[in-house]
Amino acid sequence: MVTHSEMTPPPVGLPPGAAALRVEVRSFLAEEQAHGHWRPRVDSWLSGWDERFSKELGRRGWLGMTIPTEYGGHGRGALDRYVVTEELLAAGAPVAAHWIADRQIAPSLLRFGTQEQRERYLPGIASGEIYFGIGMSEPDSGSDLASVRSRAVRVDGGWELTGTKVWTSGAHHAHAFFALVRTAPAEDGNRHSGLSQLIVDLHSPGVTVRPIPLLTGAHHFNEVVFDRVFVPDSMVLGELGQGWHQVTSELAFERSGPERYLSTFPLFAAVVGALAEGDPDRGRRRDLGRLVAHYRTLRRMSVAVAGALDAGAAPETAAAVVKDLGTRFESEVIDVARWLVPVVPDPAAEGGLSRMMADAVRHSPGFTLRGGTNEILRGIVARGLGLR
Amino acid sequence: MNELLEMAESVFGDAWDSAAAGLDAELWRTCEETGLARLTLPESAGGSEGSFADATAVLRSAGRFAARVPLVETDLMAGWLAHAAGLELPGGPLSAVGPAAAAGVSVVDGRASGTLRRVPWGRAVSAVVAPVDGQVVLVTSGAAGIRVVEGMNLAEEPRDDLELQDVPVRTAPLPAGALEQLRLRAALGRSLLLAGAGRCALEMAARYATERVQFGRPIAKLQAVQQMLALAAAEVAAAEASASAAALEADRDGIAGASVAIAAAKARAGEAAGEIARITHQVHGALGFTREHDLRVATTRLWAWRDEDDAEAVWNEQLGDLALAAGAAGIWPLLVGRD
Repeated sequence: MVTHSEMTPPPVGLPPGAAALRVEVRSFLAEEQAHGHWRPRVDSWLSGWDERFSKELGRRGWLGMTIPTEYGGHGRGALDRYVVTEELLAAGAPVAAHWIADRQIAPSLLRFGTQEQRERYLPGIASGEIYFGIGMSEPDSGSDLASVRSRAVRVDGGWELTGTKVWTSGAHHAHAFFALVRTAPAEDGNRHSGLSQLIVDLHSPGVTVRPIPLLTGAHHFNEVVFDRVFVPDSMVLGELGQGWHQVTSELAFERSGPERYLSTFPLFAAVVGALAEGDPDRGRRRDLGRLVAHYRTLRRMSVAVAGALDAGAAPETAAAVVKDLGTRFESEVIDVARWLVPVVPDPAAEGGLSRMMADAVRHSPGFTLRGGTNEILRGIVARGLGLR
Repeated sequence: MNELLEMAESVFGDAWDSAAAGLDAELWRTCEETGLARLTLPESAGGSEGSFADATAVLRSAGRFAARVPLVETDLMAGWLAHAAGLELPGGPLSAVGPAAAAGVSVVDGRASGTLRRVPWGRAVSAVVAPVDGQVVLVTSGAAGIRVVEGMNLAEEPRDDLELQDVPVRTAPLPAGALEQLRLRAALGRSLLLAGAGRCALEMAARYATERVQFGRPIAKLQAVQQMLALAAAEVAAAEASASAAALEADRDGIAGASVAIAAAKARAGEAAGEIARITHQVHGALGFTREHDLRVATTRLWAWRDEDDAEAVWNEQLGDLALAAGAAGIWPLLVGRD
């Protein structure tokens, strides 16, 4: 069984300067809203694509914060970045355009990328001008990611890629994505071998991006089809055949961030506002307080994993726990909100509680699917417990 | 910190005895010799001057091994309150109760009468400290006029009524803010113990699942069992994280400054307790439901401690009131605190 500290990393305090940074971000967000640039929305890291906003964050030094200055970043710590991202999500700010690039593409490029790849992409990520997607899932490969069938075959100077990726958020706007593809047949008994990560320019000849509308009708997801797409050798990420290892090492970053428990926070804040105008009874005050206790706990768990990652640990089990608890909680907030402040959800409303509720309810199935289904994550936890 | 944890695990692990009840006098002596007994108290009060982070390691470990010693009561509550009031601390294990449990007591001319209700480890401690009418009262065990009516909690830990009749006591004025601090200290300590007991139940269930064979294989291989235990593990992690973070905030901001974190910890750990007990019993089947099996040592503590030092209902209501006072604009700052 994993030890306590692997499942529950010790609590971490934020670095000096975090409080001042937080004040700066809050004041910027208040100003943005006062100007009516955007309205707080739930699940803004999927649905709030706003390139102006991303560039503004880049201008202020709040993207690519952990990227070294030599690549256009700011050489700050992961916990400083945590402060900025949690403030953006809590405000329901439109962060979707840069989200994936800032969260996991930049760390992967720093860890596995070549000098050329870093120089090509990192400055644009830090300035909020280059956007990325992730190409992992395929029509027949969801939770069973090692079964991907997209294939790259060796050609002069590079690889020729054929296959299909699905659920790729923002591929219709993004510049490039990381595709997990098979570059060699699996060795006997090891399905994880022979997989590689390629950086694919989404404007390459042979790439077709088609929308997969959400159940709301909104266009965030895409199907990305490769028909003999040429990828030069220089765009292989890391080592050939090490794709599985590289992808799974990204996941701890992907699974434990504040976006795993804050997707419905703007709805919660609106509910607090609505209740505060009345005189809720004791039962409702208890229900409300229970969510406060959960939010505080999830935040502490998420920050602790960020601290462990920053210290060079790979808290896979702890990250899976955060995502399992946090994403179930995101939906629970909807249930409790419905109980506390009954409102008819209205997807056509301009804003307000009825609109947030409409968006939250209709986005909720995704919470416990994206980034690895919760059932798969519990399998990881079970392994940590020594059960498998 | 790691050395302290190792020492605590070794001391409490060696003392594990699921058949015994009541104070473990030998373990208490070891706690005194190793400085665990008065961990966070100042040296002038015979303490080790440890931090709340140190207490996190010790109390989670004490909860995990169901240590039958009043560490929270002696160190975090009675020792602190008496010392803060300027009363000289007697040796040995101590206990304390809050104002509600002491409401039936009155003190006239240095003599106390009335009943102290449900005093943790009351029969086994050398003194009990309680706030009475704006004073801190220290009742020395064995004084004439004390009658102990033995009681217990769900885990069969002593929770005794002390009937006082004209008992000579020592008193000092109650320091400002001491009532709230005492309540928060008790809740912080209880949350850490809960987290430890949750870890204990989870470890037992995970081990049992790998040993128990049904349908020709260990039940740990069944995905249904794996999923249940992963849910229990998440609850344990939530209890541990909320309690440890409350201790971190208490070190940083003081006990009163950490009031939101402590309220959240007791509420969250208390909620986790029921779920952990439910799942770990389900995994153990009927065997865990017997007196013979050790699981009850952990689960009865989860059930007992979640309701002691105020249950989720009380702490959540307090948090709800704070949320309403904060309003839509202040709710996020309330969650972040002074981070």
